[in-house]
Amino acid sequence: MLELEDVQHYLLTRPHATIAQYNFITFHTAEGGRQWVNALADIVGTAKTVMAASESDMRWVSLAFTFNGLRKLGVDEISLATFPEPFRQGMAARAQMLGDTGINNPDNWEDKITSEELHAVVILFARDGEERERCIKRHDEYLKDNPGVGVLSSLVLEAVPPLDYVHEHFGYRDRLTTPVIEGMGIEPTPGSHPPSKAGEFFLGYPDETGFIPDQPKPGILSKNGSFLAYRKMREHVGAFREFLKANGKTIEEQELVAAKLMGRWRKTGAPLVLCSDKDDRELGFDDKRNNNFDYEKMDPHGYACPVGSHIRRMNVRDKQVSRIMNRRLIIRRGGTYGPYLPEDVPDDGANRGIAVFAGCADLARQFEFLISVWANDPGFEELNEKDPFAGSIDGAFELTIPKRPIKRKVKGLNAFTTVTGGAYFFLPGIKALRYLASLK
Amino acid sequence: MSNTLTNGWTKPAAVAIPKEGYFKKEEGRYGPIFPQTPANYGFTIIAKVKPGREDAIREYGKTIEEAVKGSPNVLAPLKLHYLRWVLFDVGSGLHFMYQGIFDTDFDKYLEDAIALFNSTGVTTVFTNLEGWPDDWKTNIGAVTKYFREHQRPSFLEYGEYPYVSSEEIKKALTLKTAFSEMLDQMQ
Repeated sequence: MLELEDVQHYLLTRPHATIAQYNFITFHTAEGGRQWVNALADIVGTAKTVMAASESDMRWVSLAFTFNGLRKLGVDEISLATFPEPFRQGMAARAQMLGDTGINNPDNWEDKITSEELHAVVILFARDGEERERCIKRHDEYLKDNPGVGVLSSLVLEAVPPLDYVHEHFGYRDRLTTPVIEGMGIEPTPGSHPPSKAGEFFLGYPDETGFIPDQPKPGILSKNGSFLAYRKMREHVGAFREFLKANGKTIEEQELVAAKLMGRWRKTGAPLVLCSDKDDRELGFDDKRNNNFDYEKMDPHGYACPVGSHIRRMNVRDKQVSRIMNRRLIIRRGGTYGPYLPEDVPDDGANRGIAVFAGCADLARQFEFLISVWANDPGFEELNEKDPFAGSIDGAFELTIPKRPIKRKVKGLNAFTTVTGGAYFFLPGIKALRYLASLK
Repeated sequence: MSNTLTNGWTKPAAVAIPKEGYFKKEEGRYGPIFPQTPANYGFTIIAKVKPGREDAIREYGKTIEEAVKGSPNVLAPLKLHYLRWVLFDVGSGLHFMYQGIFDTDFDKYLEDAIALFNSTGVTTVFTNLEGWPDDWKTNIGAVTKYFREHQRPSFLEYGEYPYVSSEEIKKALTLKTAFSEMLDQMQ
């Protein structure tokens, strides 16, 4: 059973928040860094407190560290060497393998995210903008008294208007699926993946092999921790809307093309496998039905949901298929940044997109596999394409839509997403935070 | 598929491979990636057998035969063409060779391979080999390292129908069957 009082809430529960801010932190001195961890450890939301929280609770904080950050805080070299190689190297060093090349390459990444001086991230959730302001002001004031710590960059994340459901800038409804962890008392919705072993996401517990994998040392530092892969993707909303117009004559056709890219209807999330020709709002918002489908029996050739669509690449729903899912799951957290671009307004060139953290126990096996193979490997299912959204597309975008008698290929002149940031973090448990603060 | 389209499957091809096993160093998740050749991707694992374990290894052949009979698609995630298991002794003790030809670089599906080898009993044969990590069940890193250290890259590979994937072959044969059936129906 997960030690909920020692796990940071971040991967387990979503607070009642509409707004978040990421502050990317550098420690000028080790002592300053440790004081900062010590000062914030008290207000870090544990899974236990956040799950018990009411809507009147205002804000929650999470802390995570880069490899350089752990080293700067004073974790010794012997312990550091026990951390897995992807984390030690950092995401930018693994760009070639991940597929982050061309325009997506780390030289172009924003927010000083590839800096050797990036040591930590503090993730703040607040109930509203006012509360966010108050917290950030307090953090800034604290930093005035602690010159050993500085903010490298910040990113504000807000729910995008105007739609009445959670969505990103392209207008796709979000948060329709998330892994469920065994023993948490949550039943997966019909058709969803069976509960995962805690060890798939938290260190120190048995994973799907039935064993507890070897963990970084010392145990007090790794127990109840997780790895986070941060990913910032700019969304070129103008290019996306032009793409839809170029590939669909009517509004209905454009919506169908948008749905084919994702595998779900944009505004409701209703799955194409269950309603391939026309959106069904009631179905999309019915949790008992909106994940209750498979591909192998219901849509083996992808006539409803293309094999190369985002949800079909990222989430295998079949039992007999040639892809294994239970060791590839991630817990996705994050949201949208940048201003909403109203419909029928030309792209203003503003920076907007999504900034997400993928939580897992093994960066190589889970996050890196999803990006390098299922999203970016042109050999995936012999499609010679990349994932429409999670792929690092450099230049023309293509998607094959199976159709009788002959498949159709939709094309765009330009990619409508660009990877603009990425980093690996370690999200420690509460005791581990205290341990880091107490290092000499 | 791109390689089939670019290079054409109708023209047999051979490629000589540098000693390190690749032309240009390209990092995968677990080390350099061995390139696709006209004989597709593959590995050749060679390791010395622990003394007195020959019978155990030979018996294991039967285990795998049964496992595949029981669920024929069990190894599908690995995009395989062929696997070969060989025992040989050239005077320096008994050695074991495990050779596979498949359609994706081994790095990509390595964890699936290890998981499937564990669940089908393939891994148990490795416990009869020298240098196999004792903690293989919990230490995927050590298993990965073992596979990489015992991999012997080819210096030459040949394909009669270069770069063709097993998926393409299966589709072509399915199509052939469908056509014969259609012709039957036309009689």
